[in-house]
Amino acid sequence: MLKGRHLVDPQDFSIQELESIFELTQEIIDKPEEFNSICHGKILSTLFYEPSTRTRFSFEAAMLRLGGGVIGFSEPGSSSVAKGESLADTLRTVAAYSDIIAMRHPNEGAPKHGIQYCPVPLINGGDGGHQHPTQTLTDLFTILESKKRLDNLTIGCCGDLKFGRTVHSLIKAMSRYENVKFILVSPKELQVPDYIRTEILEQRNIEFQEVERLEEVIDQMDILYMTRVQKERFFNEADYVRLKDSYIVDLKKLKDAKEDLAILHPLPRVNEIAVEVDDDPRAWYFRQVKNGMFVRMGLILKLLGVK
Amino acid sequence: MLNITSIKKGLVIDHIRPGMGLKIFEYLKLGKADFTVALIMNATSNKMGRKDIIKIEDVIDVDFAMLGFLDANITVNVIEDEVITEKINLSLPVRVQDIIRCKNPRCITTVERDITHKFVLLDKEKGIYKCEYCDHIYSWEG
Repeated sequence: MLKGRHLVDPQDFSIQELESIFELTQEIIDKPEEFNSICHGKILSTLFYEPSTRTRFSFEAAMLRLGGGVIGFSEPGSSSVAKGESLADTLRTVAAYSDIIAMRHPNEGAPKHGIQYCPVPLINGGDGGHQHPTQTLTDLFTILESKKRLDNLTIGCCGDLKFGRTVHSLIKAMSRYENVKFILVSPKELQVPDYIRTEILEQRNIEFQEVERLEEVIDQMDILYMTRVQKERFFNEADYVRLKDSYIVDLKKLKDAKEDLAILHPLPRVNEIAVEVDDDPRAWYFRQVKNGMFVRMGLILKLLGVK
Repeated sequence: MLNITSIKKGLVIDHIRPGMGLKIFEYLKLGKADFTVALIMNATSNKMGRKDIIKIEDVIDVDFAMLGFLDANITVNVIEDEVITEKINLSLPVRVQDIIRCKNPRCITTVERDITHKFVLLDKEKGIYKCEYCDHIYSWEG
């Protein structure tokens, strides 16, 4: 039963609960007209303490496509937060006006703190470099759509794995499925945080390898999850110059990849996926971005108990 | 050899890691005590080489879980009529609140007022905790 629940961490929901969201999401994709007024009279608040395009738009579009209303702010300067209001008080107040809240916050753990004061469902729309569970729902749904399964997969994660919260959430979520292996491709200074390695991968005995170069391992992958590597994240210029091309996917690298590889990216991309890849059947990232809205529609319906 | 008289009734907190005695003394607010207390630093120890000891001539409420978090190797001796009646070996508590602060500069606890600082034990052997909000690892080694 997901009615009234919060979504803070990708592991908050059981595998069965995730399946129920994905089934509903597929129904919405198949018959959108049956859902276009189902949330009439309901209000979603979007509290975005830092900028976002995709996440905020997809939440708002999701609620509007369900026939509900949306209120909120897209930067805290225009709210009472600028006057020094605590997060706890802001959430108590906003919860009085709305049926469900989506929040992005620059501080890690903000939603975990916030749910103590929030009587309506609170959805974590990203907290610092920590977690981004609705992106994970989107990623899982897209993996399911492309591979027809969530188990028995070799998942490559490439780029900035230290600060990339979408990768942390994806590893947490996918590590619950049978026989999932990870290949983590990043420069040494941008490897996954210790808690992901110790608490998730090692404690659960999940097979994983950490490598520096994508071209060495791309042939083993069923899924390639790309993220952006920013130059300023490198400790020195020499490493950046040495490794920068290893974190770019182009048709040349894809020659070694499986025919049915699915390339995902949380977007925005800069140059880590060459534009020439966009027309390759293995490119799933634009499908993925659309799925983001449909999955959020399914999630809102479940948390509101409407469906 | 420095001699501190034995106590009639109270607690002896023994086998404190050298240097940690003062921290525990402060944590227990013994500086404000109106009963006899002694903090012995760098006492010789067969087991540890050097150790700190705290003697308290009173029965006070001590949160053993928190004491265990500060130093899990501590032994607490309960004294009645100058005799040890109970020896309590401490261990790391599963949860600690408002004792340490998260070292992650991006953690919500660094900016939100009136927030409880909560940690949960991750690795008993290595004494590793994680922040309950942001999952950042905390260990005494830093």
